[in-house]
Amino acid sequence: MSLTLFFFYLFSTILVASAFMVISSRNPVHSVLFLILTFVNAAGLFLLAGAEFLALILILVYVGAVAVLFLFVVMMLDIDFAELKKGILQYMPIGVLIGIVLFLELALVAGTWVVLPEVVAGSAMPIDDTISNTRALGQVLYTRYVYLFQGAAIILLIAMIGAIVLTLHHRKNVKRQDIADQVARDPKTAVEIVKIKSGQGLES
Amino acid sequence: MRFLQFLNSLLLKEFIEAFILSMKYFFAPKATIYYPFEKGYLSPRFRGEHALRRYPNGEERCIACKLCEAICPAQAIVIEAAPRQEDGTRRTLRYDIDMTKCIYCGFCQEACPVDAIVEGPNFEYATETREELFYDKAKLLDNGDRWEQEIAQNLSLDAPYR
Amino acid sequence: MMEFIVSALDYLLGIPFLGWGEHIGFIYKGLLMLVALLVFVAYFLLADRKIWAAVQMRRGPNVVGIFGLFQSFADLLKFVFKEPVIPASSNKFVFLLAPFVTVVLALAAWVVIPLDYGWALSNINVGILYIFAISSLGIYGIIMGGWASNSKYAFLGALRSAAQMVSYEVSIGFVIVTVLLLVGSLNLTDIVLAQAEMGLAHMLGVPWMNFLNWFWLPLFPMFIIFFISALAETNRPPFDLPEAESELVAGFMVEYGSTPYMMFMLGEYVAIVLMCALTTILFLGGWAAPLEIAPFTWIPGFIWFILKVWLVFFMFSIVKAFVPRYRYDQLMRLGWKVFLPISIFMIFVVALVLQLTGWGWHGGMA
Repeated sequence: MSLTLFFFYLFSTILVASAFMVISSRNPVHSVLFLILTFVNAAGLFLLAGAEFLALILILVYVGAVAVLFLFVVMMLDIDFAELKKGILQYMPIGVLIGIVLFLELALVAGTWVVLPEVVAGSAMPIDDTISNTRALGQVLYTRYVYLFQGAAIILLIAMIGAIVLTLHHRKNVKRQDIADQVARDPKTAVEIVKIKSGQGLES
Repeated sequence: MRFLQFLNSLLLKEFIEAFILSMKYFFAPKATIYYPFEKGYLSPRFRGEHALRRYPNGEERCIACKLCEAICPAQAIVIEAAPRQEDGTRRTLRYDIDMTKCIYCGFCQEACPVDAIVEGPNFEYATETREELFYDKAKLLDNGDRWEQEIAQNLSLDAPYR
Repeated sequence: MMEFIVSALDYLLGIPFLGWGEHIGFIYKGLLMLVALLVFVAYFLLADRKIWAAVQMRRGPNVVGIFGLFQSFADLLKFVFKEPVIPASSNKFVFLLAPFVTVVLALAAWVVIPLDYGWALSNINVGILYIFAISSLGIYGIIMGGWASNSKYAFLGALRSAAQMVSYEVSIGFVIVTVLLLVGSLNLTDIVLAQAEMGLAHMLGVPWMNFLNWFWLPLFPMFIIFFISALAETNRPPFDLPEAESELVAGFMVEYGSTPYMMFMLGEYVAIVLMCALTTILFLGGWAAPLEIAPFTWIPGFIWFILKVWLVFFMFSIVKAFVPRYRYDQLMRLGWKVFLPISIFMIFVVALVLQLTGWGWHGGMA
């Protein structure tokens, strides 16, 4: 057994086991932590396949950003475990049924999948060692799939703007900070020095 | 105006000024001293550990007038008076100061008509137990003997201002 | 297969004088690096305290050893011999895992840092991405520690810290992208080499004035943004909100003491030194001498590297002394409303300039 194969089995065993723990662990925070372990192992598998760029992007985006937000939300939830577990037997039959249907569908798809000959030829092609992974990915992404790539980017941008538009509303009669205004103040414009004679008020 | 302000914040003007200022202090002589080896200046009026003084002939000054006991805002002083056996003069039988109660206000020193109870320049009298801080007459007289030179000098230095 | 295992062992353990490999094994190099790094971190910690003290006209630690040189080691002993206290209602496994995660991740990132030409433990193609990914994982130590302590202060500190680090990672990422646009490679060694071979000094016809070549000059605003974001990313003052002593006592570390606390501390400082090293590599020319003339080129590259890391660390440290702590909303405003637009705009500008002038580095491993 070669070292690569050993690591493949190591990563995939941990990956499957931790993916199972994601759905089976009682504490949702533990679930998310196991999800992170799953992501990291998937990145390890990518590395073994020679896709170093993808592996690190997976860690960067999913583990470094998405899972943090997951963890954020899950940690702040107030979860009553007894309440959660109460209905589990009641929903079990339907859950099992849906699971079986999904599995059958997946099996059908996998069984009747026809792979085009050109794709087979492409996957058999050796990895070009002279150019780096990142560059190879970029060359495909920015030439053949440039419209799809830009389209995906625009969809994400629209989603972001949409989220901001939905949540941001300026309420009136609420004092807001204007940093530039604050910084622009200096003693000349902000302070007035008044000499008050004793025995007389400011008004007179 | 706004443009100048924009330039200032873009070029981090205030941060650079702050940096230069902090570098000035970085190389400035240190304010700290190496304490146990090096000690700072103490004013002659410094109010430290208490001491009971004696006259040059060895007679204790305290006449048990209890003015210090009366004025002590923390009620840290306890005095019992009685005629002394040999000559029947009024002296203290007991003179206790609870140093854990004392607030070092110096009123006892001010109240004393014979300059007997004084607060000396010593501030290094930390103890390992609480009980050691309940000073009795013997301890206070001993302090007086030990610090007499410094106390006398401080009193004479401060005398013109009293 | 046996051959493969032997060659792997050779790579990991090979010592030249045993005749099993012509290079020094990976494990020995790694251990050397680890020990050197930890000793350096001990002195970075001391320097931090000394510099802060000096600005406030204090002396700083000066009792343990001459000038307090052994202070950090004394602190280490103190932490190790203290009794570790684990809160009763905490999640014990996660509670103890968190400091390990912090330390291991902070140390792991050092594998790809090149101290000199060819001195990186592992010269991988996507080095900068690796560092960025590993340092983004550093949040987990804090979040896990804060959550597992089962204390509201720790939890609030962890939430603040996580939000802060995620926000500033964005601007760090964009700054790195501008550098990558100029270099065209994700390899850290390439980034350093590129700085020596292109830049202002070459344009002005004075190629020996190496320090003009480095990217801090052509990418000046990005250099500042990177520095400030690095402060925020490592939770250094003025952005040390996670451990704001005045309101959250010590943030996510409230419940920690003894060795676990020390590991958090160690991880934090290793991450700080890592950020200094990254600044050096990206903007200050890595191991290159500032002037390409005789007395400067005699000094070996790694010494220059260490000197530059110290310089950046000095700035890290002195900022702590003269900038007051930011309020949380100001911190978020700075990250999202100031740095993000500026860095996106700069990416646009740099890409435009490169496209129009054809400037850029055309060497390296492609």
